[in-house]
Amino acid sequence: MPAPIRLRELIRTIRTARTQAEEREMIQKECAAIRSSFREEDNTYRCRNVAKLLYMHMLGYPAHFGQLECLKLIASQKFTDKRIGYLGAMLLLDERQDVHLLMTNCIKNDLNHSTQYVQGLALCTLGCMGSSEMCRDLAGEVEKLLKTSNSYLRKKAALCAVHVIRKVPELMEMFLPATKNLLNEKNHGVLHTSVVLLTEMCERSPDMLAHFRKNEKLVPQLVRILKNLIMSGYSPEHDVSGISDPFLQVRILRLLRILGRNDDDSSEAMNDILAQVATNTETSKNVGNAILYETVLTIMDIKSESGLRVLAINILGRFLLNNDKNIRYVALTSLLKTVQTDHNAVQRHRSTIVDCLKDLDVSIKRRAMELSFALVNGNNVRGMMKELLYFLDSCEPEFKADCASGIFLAAEKYAPSKRWHIDTIMRVLTTAGSYVRDDAVPNLIQLITNSVEMHAYTVQRLYKAILGDYSQQPLVQVASWCIGEYGDLLVSGQCEEEEPIQVTEDEVLDILESVLISNMSASVTRGYALTAIMKLSTRFTCTVNRIKKVVSIYGSSIDVELQQRAVEYNALFKKYDHMRPALLERMPVMEKVTTNGPTDIVQTNGETEPAVLETKPPPSGLQPASQANDLLDLLGGSDITPVIPTAPTSKPASAGGELLDLLGDLNLTGSPISAPAPQIAQPPFLLDGLSSQPLFNDIAAGIPSITAYNKNGLKIDFTFERSNTNPSVTVITIQASNSTELDMTDFVFQAAVPKTFQLQLLSPSSSVIPAFNSGTITQVIKVLNPQKQQLRMRIKLTYNHKGSAMQDLAEVNNFPPQSWQ
Amino acid sequence: MHANHTDARLCLLSSHAGYYTVLAEIAFKVHGPVLLRVFVHIMSEDTQQQIIRETFHLVSKRDENVCNFLEGGLLIGGSDNKLIYRHYATLYFVFCVDSSESELGILDLIQVFVETLDKCFENVCELDLIFHVDKVHNILAEMVMGGMVLETNMNEIVTQIDAQNKLEKSEAGLAGAPARAVSAVKNMNLPEIPRNINIGDISIKVPNLPSFK
Repeated sequence: MPAPIRLRELIRTIRTARTQAEEREMIQKECAAIRSSFREEDNTYRCRNVAKLLYMHMLGYPAHFGQLECLKLIASQKFTDKRIGYLGAMLLLDERQDVHLLMTNCIKNDLNHSTQYVQGLALCTLGCMGSSEMCRDLAGEVEKLLKTSNSYLRKKAALCAVHVIRKVPELMEMFLPATKNLLNEKNHGVLHTSVVLLTEMCERSPDMLAHFRKNEKLVPQLVRILKNLIMSGYSPEHDVSGISDPFLQVRILRLLRILGRNDDDSSEAMNDILAQVATNTETSKNVGNAILYETVLTIMDIKSESGLRVLAINILGRFLLNNDKNIRYVALTSLLKTVQTDHNAVQRHRSTIVDCLKDLDVSIKRRAMELSFALVNGNNVRGMMKELLYFLDSCEPEFKADCASGIFLAAEKYAPSKRWHIDTIMRVLTTAGSYVRDDAVPNLIQLITNSVEMHAYTVQRLYKAILGDYSQQPLVQVASWCIGEYGDLLVSGQCEEEEPIQVTEDEVLDILESVLISNMSASVTRGYALTAIMKLSTRFTCTVNRIKKVVSIYGSSIDVELQQRAVEYNALFKKYDHMRPALLERMPVMEKVTTNGPTDIVQTNGETEPAVLETKPPPSGLQPASQANDLLDLLGGSDITPVIPTAPTSKPASAGGELLDLLGDLNLTGSPISAPAPQIAQPPFLLDGLSSQPLFNDIAAGIPSITAYNKNGLKIDFTFERSNTNPSVTVITIQASNSTELDMTDFVFQAAVPKTFQLQLLSPSSSVIPAFNSGTITQVIKVLNPQKQQLRMRIKLTYNHKGSAMQDLAEVNNFPPQSWQ
Repeated sequence: MHANHTDARLCLLSSHAGYYTVLAEIAFKVHGPVLLRVFVHIMSEDTQQQIIRETFHLVSKRDENVCNFLEGGLLIGGSDNKLIYRHYATLYFVFCVDSSESELGILDLIQVFVETLDKCFENVCELDLIFHVDKVHNILAEMVMGGMVLETNMNEIVTQIDAQNKLEKSEAGLAGAPARAVSAVKNMNLPEIPRNINIGDISIKVPNLPSFK
């Protein structure tokens, strides 16, 4: 058998391959040769073969069959063999393979070898891939080497000790005596690794931290080393771009940060040196800025004097003007971290930060955007918003959603006037309409409704905004809603703030109709437009016939939603014309609840309409909110309890009783109509957009609820609803309550059903069940049961209670027949 | 680094608790981009490959005038980890670090690493790195250990590497002799007998020859 080819030859050969297949073939051939050589226990070429194998491994080919060969190389007497063997062990072996334990003895011997390089290899390997068993066995040797005078071994032993501590934290104390003299060392490699070791110990154990602070007086020692570094003149050994060992300086500053955190005395002891470093460091090169940056972070993190903090923030402000992008990046990152605590100091650099919005680098832009939002307050809101709106206009698509919601939040918090607020949101909708979150539309509608004096102005602005451009759907939706609601103001031209425009009723209807027929309009938008047209029938005087015509045309729309609306509106025109004005009355001023977010909006009745319309308009369309409570009454005795308490209705008094008749009649006439009550009772349906089949009717009322689980104070009740349109779907609402005296946290409910069923688990209302039955978690399960088989379910419950993790399994077999038959 | 290797890109990847890899675009189309890699974290081969591919993809398309930091995705352990790279003529050096490292400090560390390679290989070029993976590994092991910085003094690193190479050479000179003898025997062109020679015997006997010790 000829001698195997050398590594360099193999590489040369492989590089001649022109296709991957060719390369694979070459590798396979070579692997076969290597395998047979391994089988023959060839000691001479083992080293060469393993080296080649490592190369193939690097290319991504399997090389695990070389693991044992690595161990044999490590056991060899030759340094060359050991070098490749240990390298192979680091690359091919890890603690998942038991084989690695066979190395323990070899490493132990090599740690006591007479050649420092062999010892070094062993330390390096142990420090890279040593498992906890190995670390336990060899920690003694590492500790011994940590005390040696040989700096080459000492620095490696220090890092090896860090690895040992990470693997087996309880071995930490073993290294404590050896740390005593580490910082007296002259060699910078040892100093560097020692600081790493001390950092690891301080970060891992509060006791160690206290010990090093109090007993070892670590802070003065580190201050002395740092002082020597910045005072000492040029030393060619450690000079990097004119600065003496910046790596060591950075490490020391990091350790000082840990020592000074939440400790007045230590912070006090390092104030001076930090000020010195901050003022004396040469910053024409990256190295200097690296040190300065680290100093700033330390100043921010410890209990430093206020003057020092201002100095630090000013350094970051200076960084923002630096030509180097990296320095601008780290400056923004750190300003972002500190903006909450040192708001005023950061505020001073506002204009520089805003300038960074124009940076070409997306990472910098993102940071600058986040920071800009953090800096907005009542005094600067107009100026900042101008910049941010400009940014929104010009930024990459990936920023638009975040930027838009940031602007919404800031505008809500700091709006100087309602008009400004409305203008701002409208600007966002016009520039980035398709990127805003779903709740932006109802929020804006709510805002507009409540600004009574702005109605004429707003509707006119919106009318102009959508003239000829229907691409920004949320804008079109808001505009449609407003035109429907305040169309009379638009036509009468009452707007005082802007130059009034002359619009005729027909022009207004033209625009709504073109929204209806535009290809760009989403189904939801069309729903808005149709309802708006309907509303206008009571606000306009001479175009009612036209409206009737439009409504009747859409009575045969292929869009079921639209058709249903149109059919109902039609009925309103024909049979219930006497109550049309009352039903289409202007929306009352909504009560402001809390911040935005659809969940909150559902809470108040007055606000429900936008939310409902926005997710999926309910077929009845007209002020469904005001019907809610009545319908709940109607369904009285049913198990549907509203999860979210509905506030007293502020609906027009006239709607009440007649509305019920209306619904009843409509049912008789065969047009499908749904009761909005379940929708209100179950916000998840609305929010998840699952209301594609929200047509749960009062057949649900007949299904009795069951208690599925009742153990250890945890009670889980199931209530049922069936869908009218799809009777094979059973919707189960679970309610979990807790009768013990302590909250149950991290509650997770899981369910499984036999294969013939399909199950969908929606997200729960919370993960904490409050104690004393003072609240419940609700979660909705949808079960699809096409074969109408008897329902069975296995449930798994996990939660934390009284500090321990609980888990339980249960089988639920007592489903009422109505829930599945 | 020299400007004449315009068709190659090289990445070095490291992490605090670490992995390192060297990637080259020149070999990418046929051979895959990897020139060197060490993963200290336990990761499956597939994950490693995916990380390398993704890193290569991310870094090689970065523009000149953007910052040298890339926030990490889920693959490299979440947003706490960053890719930090440096561009030398046609070469990219990339490190992956967690928040325990200083971003700006790592940029300097890359500089030190490149200069050290340059000293060890005497005007390093990407072919040196391709053909001497093992040596690059050894240099790296003197600089970074288990994902932690071990030594940043270039002269010290070069001295220790030279000393170890000398040690290897001395073994090749003396102890290498028996190996060369064995291979000479093995390669003797004796067409009719190879199967009858028990090679195992020879290889055991040869090291015992006193004259070679």
